[in-house]
Formats: sequence, C-alpha cells, structure tokens
Amino acid sequence: MNPLRRSLLQFAALAAAGWLKTSQAVAAAWNAAGFEAKATAEVLKSLGASGAAESSDIAITAPDIAENGAVVPIEVVSRIPNTQAISIIAEKNPFPLAATMQFANGAEPYAYVRIKMGQTAHVRAIVQAGGKFFTATREVKITIGGCG
Amino acid sequence: MAEPMKIRARLKGDIADIRVLVAHPMETGQRKNAGGALVPMHFIKHVLVTHKGNVVYDAQWSQAVSRNPVFAVRVKGAKAGDKVVVTWTDNKDDKRTDEAVIVAA
Repeated sequence: MNPLRRSLLQFAALAAAGWLKTSQAVAAAWNAAGFEAKATAEVLKSLGASGAAESSDIAITAPDIAENGAVVPIEVVSRIPNTQAISIIAEKNPFPLAATMQFANGAEPYAYVRIKMGQTAHVRAIVQAGGKFFTATREVKITIGGCG
Repeated sequence: MAEPMKIRARLKGDIADIRVLVAHPMETGQRKNAGGALVPMHFIKHVLVTHKGNVVYDAQWSQAVSRNPVFAVRVKGAKAGDKVVVTWTDNKDDKRTDEAVIVAA
C-alpha cells in the first residue's frame, strides 16, 4: 500500500468517527426514534402518545385537495388548556412524523408549517397538554406526490 | 453560509404573528438527480424562536417539511419593538440565526 493512500484512508476513518460523534450528540435532543419510524403506531409510541384521546378541541386546517404534494400547508390550533406541544403526522408518508413543535413563555398553541405528502392520507395532529395526549385527523387528497 | 431568513413579525391585539421563510433545500434522501444517483438527505432538524430572550418555540423537523420552509409562531403578550430571534440547525450542523423586531399592524 502506498503511503499517500494509507494517510488518506486514515484521514477518512478519523473524519467518519468525528461525524458519527456529532450526529449522535444532535440525535440526543432530536426524536430520532419517532422521525425514523415507518408506521404511525411507532411514531405515537416514540412520543408516548399511544393512548391519545380523540379531541374536537384541535382544529386542523389543510386543503381538502392538494394538487402538489410537495407543498401542503398545515395549520393546527389547539383549544386544550396547557398545550405544550403539537406534532404533525402524515400517516402514509415513508416516515410519517413531519414535525414536533414545543411552546413556552406565552407562545400560542398554534402551529403552521408546509409539509410534503407522498399520497392521499390522513394528517394527524398530536397535542400534548398537561402530561396527556390528544389527537385529531383530517384527510388531504394529493394529486401529485411530493416525495420524488 | 446559508441565505438569510425572511421574518415578518406583526402585532394583532396583544398577539404577535411571526412568519418566517427559510431558504433551505430540505432534501429527503429519496430524490434522484439527473444522473440517477440519490441526492443525500439535507434538512433542518431544529428551529428555535426566542422573544425578548425567552424561548417561545422549539421545533424538531423531519425531511418531510417542504423545501424553503415557511412556518408561523404566535406569541401572546408581545409588544411592538420586542426582539424576535430565529435559529435553525440542519443535519449537516449548518446553522443560521436572524432577528426581527415586532411591528404594530
């Protein structure tokens, strides 16, 4: 093995080790289990929300038919007191959990974000309030998927 | 270095409506380029918004958030002139912080 190649390989190994370390440090705060889960049930488990109760105090605003799945605006408003966090799940996406928003210091329990949806599916909102979980869904029809 | 965010913070009564447009590719890791190779994942994982130095919004995102993300936050008890700071961090540990001042509608 020539010395240049050897030093390049060593450098690559060191770089890979360093990268792994930093990505693990970030993953500690980021809900990796939830974001990498491929089924809605697994996502609920990662959030601790498996037994979430259906609630009519969660309003999801989204288009009934979204022509372009690459940009689907989702707005979630919770009227449940002490709402601490809202998660948005697109049930049939390859990785259903799209986002989790936590609120504090006077932030309204309001979430607005534009997400990608691969196909027609239910969009599920999970609200965490006072240690309990509540949920609501809304169907969004997709004409052209946004995952490609 | 990433492009600056566009932040609009307007007061409606005592609630500030903060809207943010971020310039980011938000690659899912599933898209193929013209040569047929997969484009690696590149997406924002964390978004933090502070109002007068206090964290009001702490979001975790996945690659499912649309390209050039737009999001909104509403803060009660805000006043015109209050400072809002938005920071994002992506999966390549790139980050960007921008700030804005709340204006009366």
